[in-house]
Amino acid sequence: MLFSFISEAQAIQLAVVLPLFGGLVVWWLGERNRNLREAASLITAMAEFLVVASLTPEVLDGARPSVDLFEMLPGLTITLTVEPLGQLFALIASGLWVVNTVYSIGYMRKNNEGNQTRFYICFTIAISAAVGIAYAGNVLTLFLFYEVLTISTYPLVTHSGKADAVRGGRVYLGILMATSIGFLFLAMLWTYNLTGTLDFVEGGILAGQVQGPELAVLMLLYMYGIGKAALMPVHRWLPAAMVAPTPVSALLHAVAVVKAGVFSVVKVVVYIFGLDLLTDTQGADWLLFIAGFTIIAASIIALRQDNLKRRLAYSTISQLSYVILATAILAPISVAGAALHMAAHALGKITLFFAAGSIYTAAHKTKVSQLDGIGKRMPFTMIAFGIGALSMIGLPPTAGFISKWYILSGALETGEAFAILVIIASTLLNAGYFLPILYVAFFKDQKMRPPDDPYSKYDHHGEAPVAMVMALSFTALGTIALFFFPEVPLALGRALVGG
Amino acid sequence: MITASDPWLLLLVVVPLLAAPVCVLLRSPSGAWSVATAVSWAVFGISIKLLLTVLEHGQAVYRIGGWDAPWGIEYVLDPLGAFVVLIVAGIGAVTMPYAKRSVEKEIRKDRIYLFYTMLLLCLSGLLGITVTGDAFNLFVFLEISSLSTYVLISMGQDRRALTAAFRYLIMGTIGATFYIIGVGLMYQVTGTLNFADLKTIMPAVIETRTILAALAFLTVGISLKLALFPLHMWLPNAYTFAPSVVTAFLAATATKVSVYVLLRIIFTVFGDVDIFASFPLQPVLIAMALAAMFLASLSAIWQENVKRMLAYSSIAQIGYIVLGIALATEAGLSGGIVHMFNHALMKGTAFFAIGAVIYATGAVTLKDLEGIGKRMPVTMAAFVIAGLGLIGVPLTPGFISKWQLVTAALELDMWPLAALILLSSLLAVIYVWRVFEVAYLREPAITADKPADVPLSMLVPIWTLAGAAIYFGANGTFTLDLADTAARHLMGGF
Repeated sequence: MLFSFISEAQAIQLAVVLPLFGGLVVWWLGERNRNLREAASLITAMAEFLVVASLTPEVLDGARPSVDLFEMLPGLTITLTVEPLGQLFALIASGLWVVNTVYSIGYMRKNNEGNQTRFYICFTIAISAAVGIAYAGNVLTLFLFYEVLTISTYPLVTHSGKADAVRGGRVYLGILMATSIGFLFLAMLWTYNLTGTLDFVEGGILAGQVQGPELAVLMLLYMYGIGKAALMPVHRWLPAAMVAPTPVSALLHAVAVVKAGVFSVVKVVVYIFGLDLLTDTQGADWLLFIAGFTIIAASIIALRQDNLKRRLAYSTISQLSYVILATAILAPISVAGAALHMAAHALGKITLFFAAGSIYTAAHKTKVSQLDGIGKRMPFTMIAFGIGALSMIGLPPTAGFISKWYILSGALETGEAFAILVIIASTLLNAGYFLPILYVAFFKDQKMRPPDDPYSKYDHHGEAPVAMVMALSFTALGTIALFFFPEVPLALGRALVGG
Repeated sequence: MITASDPWLLLLVVVPLLAAPVCVLLRSPSGAWSVATAVSWAVFGISIKLLLTVLEHGQAVYRIGGWDAPWGIEYVLDPLGAFVVLIVAGIGAVTMPYAKRSVEKEIRKDRIYLFYTMLLLCLSGLLGITVTGDAFNLFVFLEISSLSTYVLISMGQDRRALTAAFRYLIMGTIGATFYIIGVGLMYQVTGTLNFADLKTIMPAVIETRTILAALAFLTVGISLKLALFPLHMWLPNAYTFAPSVVTAFLAATATKVSVYVLLRIIFTVFGDVDIFASFPLQPVLIAMALAAMFLASLSAIWQENVKRMLAYSSIAQIGYIVLGIALATEAGLSGGIVHMFNHALMKGTAFFAIGAVIYATGAVTLKDLEGIGKRMPVTMAAFVIAGLGLIGVPLTPGFISKWQLVTAALELDMWPLAALILLSSLLAVIYVWRVFEVAYLREPAITADKPADVPLSMLVPIWTLAGAAIYFGANGTFTLDLADTAARHLMGGF
């Protein structure tokens, strides 16, 4: 332990409870003490990161600390267990929460958003749920926190209360609830019925319990039950969620929620099915093709999106399926690459969303076609955007390069020609929808809006508020730093597959 | 099994029965309320004591007048009965404190003492149904509870409460008549009215047409009382126009007690014969349960009045309970039984919360509820918990029920059934979320900016139930174990 005054079990519980406690303080302080309220949010986020980080050394040493919370059903407890992949996800979510809180303060104040107390409270619940998912010791615990995450993010998606937000919220909730109750719940009960346990066990629990078409159906139920992984065709909730304020899109719909989805996918594949079972039975073959299809199709849709946040959302859908594809390759090295890609994509995509929100705040622009010459007015923002974009494409010196390298190595090792082709094609497509943005931003002249346009007064803008620029510069630097120092996520990724 | 006579069984029924006329004599609203509250708490205490006794000894017995059964009437409580008594008495104990202010607002002052009289009679009748071991005595209590219910419903503010009560009177009387015809036919063949006695004689006479007719009459009659689709037509209006307190109390208890009677008939009276082989009860019950789950949920989606929406939701939830029973396995029964308890908690919370909204604002249609989440955050938070429970989100009791029901379906390899259970919970998402959207995402009307206060005497009961809902959602082990025990007893094992 980094801190000797609390035990591991206490630290694990604290990691889930601390954000909720912070939420209570935020509620108590309320709109009247907004400075204190924001301070409380920030302190909670930092404390949370420290608590989560303090568990890292143990996990790298091979320990798997675990704690039972309560017995929900006879013989089935809500259990938190720290294992490498979960630790990585918890680190990403809680670490970026700190940065995102700084960004949120700037964004919410500058844009005069309403209901800010509710906003910060829902955020704390969502983070608590994300960490709960990360540390879930069995499928029941995972399911519990998964649903909490869906419900706690709904008020954030519909934050503005306007008609389009309500509509977006319906799609968001409808798809996520329908898939989790309809498929994931059934898959969970089926698994329990077959094996009598729901624990995540190294090597999986389904070996010898189910085979042939039944295995494929169970896999299907799990993969589409985890709607947050946005595998096509259950991806539509993610673009719908873009009506939310940008900090929500940045932390939740580029990091916490979507990563919770792919994290659950990896977790189920590795600890419920087991790589060996899937290699022997080819039960995951279809997954490889669906993931490949999602990567390509989402990239093609992204090419055609003029709304910047929607383009980023489709890019996220495509990048999420990278993680699924890497897992479905079933080579240990590519699974480690999948873990690394979760971290790489998180840093890169949050930078891109931060930049989009900062463009909206400073210039009130939401469309790619409006971005001509914006690089000159907002150099920090657009350079950060460029770094994030490079990482999405997978070019050095950014983190995306490393993770793609590992995924490709795995594909070469197992000779998955399809996966290799998909990765190459999607790299080109990624370049196709990101590079033009950078080109117009830096090499074209700004087009002024007509004077009768209500937003024309924003045409002589500069950078966004300092808090926002700091946040996005920090994550951009982080994207580069992860290229040079990928040790911790990589070590956790390797530990996941026992390498 | 010889068990010592347990006088608490008698007191459970007699205390509220005798307290009812005391309310009439007192006449003062607060006096009547005090008596009713004291009695309901005493009854709740007795119910806990009885549950402990039954869990320890397997059952509790009291012989009226010292006459041994089957000559005398005996009161018997097995784990199922103790569980149902706990539900009824528990809901009664939180209803009374809640009732005080709500009733003052909704019912004319000079009728309030009558209200508490009727509520106590109803409580007594429901408890009586659950403890009696005699088919005719059960009919008597059924009538006590039904007649008092008709009066209670007719006390609603809206004049349509009168027609709703009248309609229920007609349907309820048909139901009770069918029941008594069934009992009469059984008596004709067997010469006994004691459930345990009926159970031992039944295998010898099951092949007679009279008994089959009796079974048909009993099933239809009870199904009317428990509002099993398509015999539910009385319920939506009755729940919509009854006083808020009455709706909450009935929704949480009355239908559950009727389910108890159904269980008693199927698994005690016909427990030693293979009823499902000689009578196509299973497919009929499953079909009706599924129809209730889907059609009633669909109806709920189209309602503008929230009380009516919750009423349709109740019909759908009764479908889940009956489905569990119809599976006729231990797991299925335990799913149905545990859902009786869980549904009582959730619907009680939901109707209490809406009752508080009606108390504070008079609003009951979706349109009136715009922005109510901001004006009454504490009350509506409880409603949110109840609503999530109806969907079956984890940490709510609805999740526990659904887990058990789907498990039961999977054990029997009934895959389509498992899928249908989950599919119908998605309909609940829609009708629940319609309220959430209106309550939280719309701005309150400008005229409605005065603060909407709810007295503590209503908030505490609301949150007692909501808190219990969260507790029994997080810790489903206690309720599921209890339901399992009850189911095992019913199926004949010990």
